[in-house]
Amino acid sequence: MTRGDDIGVPSRAPEVVLRQWTTSYRVWLGAASVLLVLPFFPGLGSDFSRSLLSQMGIAAVFALSYSLLLGQTGLLSFGHAVYFGLGAYAGIHLMRAINAGLPVPMPLVPIAGAAAGLAFGMLFGSLTTRRAGVVFALISLGVGELVLAAMRMVQGFSGGEEGITADRGAGPHVFGLTFASQLEIYYVIAFWAVLSAALMVAFLRTPVGRMCNAVRDNAERAEFIGYDPVRVRFIAFSVAAMFAGLAGGLHALNYEIVAADAVGPARSGAVLLMAYIGGVANFLGAILGAVVITWLQVSLSDYTTAWQLYLGLFFMAVVLFAPNGLAGLLLMHVRLFRTGAWIAVLKAYAIAAVPAGALVAGAVALLEINYRRATQPEAGPQLKLFGVTMDTSTPWPWLAASGLVIFGLVALRRSWPLVTAAWRHAGDETRRRGEARS
Amino acid sequence: MLEIITFSLLNGVVYGLLLFMVSSGLTLIFSMMGVLNFAHASMFMLGAYFSYQISRWIGFWPALVIAPLLVGAIGAAAERFGLRHVHRQGHVAEILFTFGLAYLIVEFVVMVWGRNPIENQVPATIDFPLFTLFGTRYPFYKGLMTAIALAMFAFLYLAFRRTRLGLVIRAALTHPQMVSALGHDVPRIFVLVFAIGSALAGLAGVIGGFALLTEPSMAQALGPIVFVVVVVGGLGSISGAFIASMLIGIVQTFAVALDYSLLDLLRLVRVAVPPDSPFYEISAIKIAQAAPLIPYLLLVAMLIVRPRGLLGTRET
Repeated sequence: MTRGDDIGVPSRAPEVVLRQWTTSYRVWLGAASVLLVLPFFPGLGSDFSRSLLSQMGIAAVFALSYSLLLGQTGLLSFGHAVYFGLGAYAGIHLMRAINAGLPVPMPLVPIAGAAAGLAFGMLFGSLTTRRAGVVFALISLGVGELVLAAMRMVQGFSGGEEGITADRGAGPHVFGLTFASQLEIYYVIAFWAVLSAALMVAFLRTPVGRMCNAVRDNAERAEFIGYDPVRVRFIAFSVAAMFAGLAGGLHALNYEIVAADAVGPARSGAVLLMAYIGGVANFLGAILGAVVITWLQVSLSDYTTAWQLYLGLFFMAVVLFAPNGLAGLLLMHVRLFRTGAWIAVLKAYAIAAVPAGALVAGAVALLEINYRRATQPEAGPQLKLFGVTMDTSTPWPWLAASGLVIFGLVALRRSWPLVTAAWRHAGDETRRRGEARS
Repeated sequence: MLEIITFSLLNGVVYGLLLFMVSSGLTLIFSMMGVLNFAHASMFMLGAYFSYQISRWIGFWPALVIAPLLVGAIGAAAERFGLRHVHRQGHVAEILFTFGLAYLIVEFVVMVWGRNPIENQVPATIDFPLFTLFGTRYPFYKGLMTAIALAMFAFLYLAFRRTRLGLVIRAALTHPQMVSALGHDVPRIFVLVFAIGSALAGLAGVIGGFALLTEPSMAQALGPIVFVVVVVGGLGSISGAFIASMLIGIVQTFAVALDYSLLDLLRLVRVAVPPDSPFYEISAIKIAQAAPLIPYLLLVAMLIVRPRGLLGTRET
């Protein structure tokens, strides 16, 4: 069920639209050429933005592998970073071997990560994929804690919390490339990201890939037609772990340092947030989530120390109100735009935007004031927010912010029916036109 | 030697009882509603913080009552205004909701009490030795903790096996339509179960907050171990959770006291591992260092040998 169907826009399911997109070579060529020229766009020329783009690429591969697990196979994992982190360790140790004289070009390092991810995925997967659902989620959490505790123990291998380092510039040069600059490493990451995305889409089009969806939807029926769900889950899990390991290898290449927290629950949680906020029903969502969340992590942390709180609230909003994620919302609006009935919806949005804006502004102000008082009491009572300087030792900022929140809540409750009515109207309109045509 | 064994046993039992107090609420919620509550350890943490705050205002004994009630109310609100709405999207959405809730509770705690550990000391009214053994004083609050945990076990067992309400709750899990057809308000029963489970975690937090460091990451530290308890004991079994808690508590406490490594064992059978061998680092790890691994190793071993857990009746 997609949300669009709930409120009556009859159209093809977003998955179908996306399947047509992802199998068209033009889309892939387009994506590849955009990535090729992206670092030379105005405003993206600095090393900082190229590094941000590289981070997005790594996050996209990692989130895609998670989407393969959760969205396509229905396995909710709380320990996916295990394979990312072990892949990163395999990568960094290969880089150290290359630094010591092993004649392997640096761009091949992610292969070591993928191999490690696959090996550990098969090892742990043979245990964990015997069950699905809640029990699988629990066990994946346990395995994550197990590996983190083990990594903290073998300091010589993992470097513990400080991590171990390598130098990506010190290795055999291919065609005169040293891979020391951020631009060159960006291209390496972009190449591997496009290749992994294409391979994962291809995997889903194989019979095994189709069986993953069948096992997700109804394991019992899949069993009736002669497939062992445990085996299918195991294969999907191993493949997802392999790509997570590849992302880990890219991480090692990009940062030249890997620490024990690479396998930890915080990173597992982060990839879950990315994939779910983006939308796990399709691959576009994972990429969208990775790009948006990475950008938020980097840019929000410049403005506020409470950025994790905002990320959590964002996640909760998606869980409660948009279970198909950002990609689901996007596809819903793309379809609306195509039907031509979007003007009325846009008007309703404009009306609802006023209370929504007030609600968000009031809530942000309240959170910022509180957060500042609790975590940075030394910064004093003066706080500058939205260009307004306020004195948080007086009650006025609190009252104003609470007033905004209450006004926003009440007005939003009253204006939201306009939006749903406009959507319903748009659906009716499209249906009528469809009937007139046929 | 006898001293070490006695005190390891006593501390192990207390740690095990702490684990049981937290996991009993979790297994209650899980067995009644099928919801894996990631925010459960966060409720424990809220209990510790609330009791710290209320103790400062009006004293420890009122806090022992008020803090769990507050946490229970928060649990009820989370069920009524959040979980109920994601319920129809299935279990994954429910788990994700509680996962997000756990995340937000940590941020809330940071916002109110700051990032650093608070000084949640044992209040003076219960800070006296219960008895003295081998010249070491055994504190009264640990005895109180034992009493509360045992009372909790008895309460849960009797309430769900011997009362009419327990009967209705058990029936609502397996046959919700039938129970509501008989005139019981099933959604309200679920709110009640969630509130009781959360309040139990909050009560554990009031007492357990003294035993652990009260800081925003305490939920993250305790949560995974509590999940292990629930799986090892058998999903949904209160008695299983009790046995598994004691097992993990005692084994882990004894492991911390053992200062031996694989290297020592190998030396005993006259096998020498040279320091430059790749196995040296692994074999030099002391059992005490490996103690954090033990619950998770137990989890993996249990899954291989007996996937349903110690006293579980079903596989999933």
